[in-house]
Amino acid sequence: MILRLAVASLVARALTVGMTVLAIALSVALYLGVEKVRTGAKVSFADTISGTDLIVGARSGSVQLLLYSVFRIGNATNNVTWESYQDIAGHPGVEWIVPISLGDSHRQFRVMGTTKDFFQHYKYRQGRSLEMADGVIMDDLFDAVIGADVANSLGYTADSPIVVAHGLASFVEHKDQPFRVSGILAKTGTPVDRTVIVSLEAMEAIHVDWKSGAYTSGQSTPADVIRKMDLTPTAVTAALVGVESPLRTFALQRYVNEYPKEPLLAILPGVALQELWGIVGIAETALLAVSAMVVVTALIGMMATIFSSLNERRREMAIFRAMGARPLTILSLLVIEAAMIATAGAIFGLALLYVGLVVAQPIFDGAFGIWLSIDAPTLREASVILAVVGAGVIVSLVPAIRAYRLSVADGMMVKT
Amino acid sequence: MTLNALHQRSNCGTCSEVEATVLELSEVSFHWPGRARFTLSLREFALKRGETVLLLGESGSGKSTLLSLICGTILPNMGKIRISGTDVTRLSGGARDRFRAENIGVIFQQFNLLPFGTVADNILLPLQFAPGRRKRAGNAKAAAAALCSELGLPKDVFTAKAHTLSVGQQQRVAVARALIGHPHLIIADEPTSALDANSQAAFLDLLFQQTSAHETTLLMVSHDPRLAERFDRVVRMEEIAQIERAVA
Repeated sequence: MILRLAVASLVARALTVGMTVLAIALSVALYLGVEKVRTGAKVSFADTISGTDLIVGARSGSVQLLLYSVFRIGNATNNVTWESYQDIAGHPGVEWIVPISLGDSHRQFRVMGTTKDFFQHYKYRQGRSLEMADGVIMDDLFDAVIGADVANSLGYTADSPIVVAHGLASFVEHKDQPFRVSGILAKTGTPVDRTVIVSLEAMEAIHVDWKSGAYTSGQSTPADVIRKMDLTPTAVTAALVGVESPLRTFALQRYVNEYPKEPLLAILPGVALQELWGIVGIAETALLAVSAMVVVTALIGMMATIFSSLNERRREMAIFRAMGARPLTILSLLVIEAAMIATAGAIFGLALLYVGLVVAQPIFDGAFGIWLSIDAPTLREASVILAVVGAGVIVSLVPAIRAYRLSVADGMMVKT
Repeated sequence: MTLNALHQRSNCGTCSEVEATVLELSEVSFHWPGRARFTLSLREFALKRGETVLLLGESGSGKSTLLSLICGTILPNMGKIRISGTDVTRLSGGARDRFRAENIGVIFQQFNLLPFGTVADNILLPLQFAPGRRKRAGNAKAAAAALCSELGLPKDVFTAKAHTLSVGQQQRVAVARALIGHPHLIIADEPTSALDANSQAAFLDLLFQQTSAHETTLLMVSHDPRLAERFDRVVRMEEIAQIERAVA
């Protein structure tokens, strides 16, 4: 009955209590939302590449190699010569190897030269393969496969013509060798979505009339002539490698790192991803800290509300006391009240989170390639809610102890 | 004091040896700690079983302090306060609260009720803190309903929120709450001051009906001497207690 009276007392102050509950709910929803985005981003990030055992490139930093080979961010300072590539490909530990050649762009999107093996061996989200949403994998020399974002933002469909620009953000376009979109990849949430994929030979073909980065004037080589040329590349930017047995990964890595003819680097993508996340993660931790502070602010707001209600509730406390309630009962009444407010806030906040997730899920997936999973509250979320309720109880002790003192001093007489 | 011992004492008041004296204060002295010195000393004050006593006193005469002492929310610096044979000054704070719940019905001036609770909630509230009194009340809900009808409250009032009632009705609910489980002592602090003359008379009629039916001792505090004729005895505050004030 005491509990029912406590609830009735809260209901009687529905407006202020409701505001407090709302503040806590919003802060909890914000915190859990940030947490959700954070884990979603982390998972999406870690899922960018899977199934690849080693990434090989010119010697630089492991994060840098990861950035340009997988995320298409930044540039390679050096290439891997075709001879080196062949040597590594010939290593007995190598099960498969996919070359990657970067450096050109189409509009704001990177162009990547590779082989058909890329579509077979590039895996993301725990071993998912790339799928064609439309058309087929490039077959002809001047065929290109484009990612979902490329198709979306440029409005391309299968068979659309494409002109590739040399270098990045360049206005000099390889107009002579127009490409054709042969296929469009399904959305993956990885940088592949933002990539134009052509064959390695096509990469060479584009540059037939280019020497040392400059266009040689005079007539351009006709396409049919190019088709007859030897388009074996002289170098590639990086290579994705799968090993025959995980046990050979380190041996192969050492072989690449100690390759005598040119300085190369082999990295384990998982390790490099973690290293990179360690850098990116600071911002996300800061975000989490800020939203935790919002929760704390809401709880302090609750404390202030309870505090300011004490004066007008001295009569109520005096009645309880006159009826035989101990000061400790008064204290626990206020603590129970706070616990109920915090619980209501936390649960309402969780509900808000799910509403928010349903709304935000497609937006986040489409815009950032971050998949926010909607599933039952995890242990972690449950513990956040418990922590909020616990913190609410602790915070409420301040006004509750004040009420305790007041009720000891007032007894059943309130001098008003 | 253990709860058991407390139980035995409060029980003996109700059953075997009925105490003739319900309330007895002797050589009590109290001063508020700290602030400007206010000392209340009281040599002797006693109430017999079933007696109705009006305690007259102006504001500032120490009435509230005396009531707080009797109810055990404050402790005297010296002296004894016996209620139904128990010296409450020897009980711990929690035990005094429990003792109050078991043995004393309290009626305030006004704003007696928890406005957000129903009338039933309010009447049954003291029983929450007094298992012995709860037992005595038997079927508590039925007892509360019976009290309500005896006090002339309409039936549908029972489940209404207390704040929806008129002041006169609220005071009658407060009486029902003080009477439930029939404690020996009812303390009423100016319960009629918020009522007009007619309602005052009606209220007192009902109150006396109930106290005489159950041989309840009533100590009512007021500043209004016109009420005097209805009580067995009238005591003036200044006759029993001395107040000393000194500006610190």
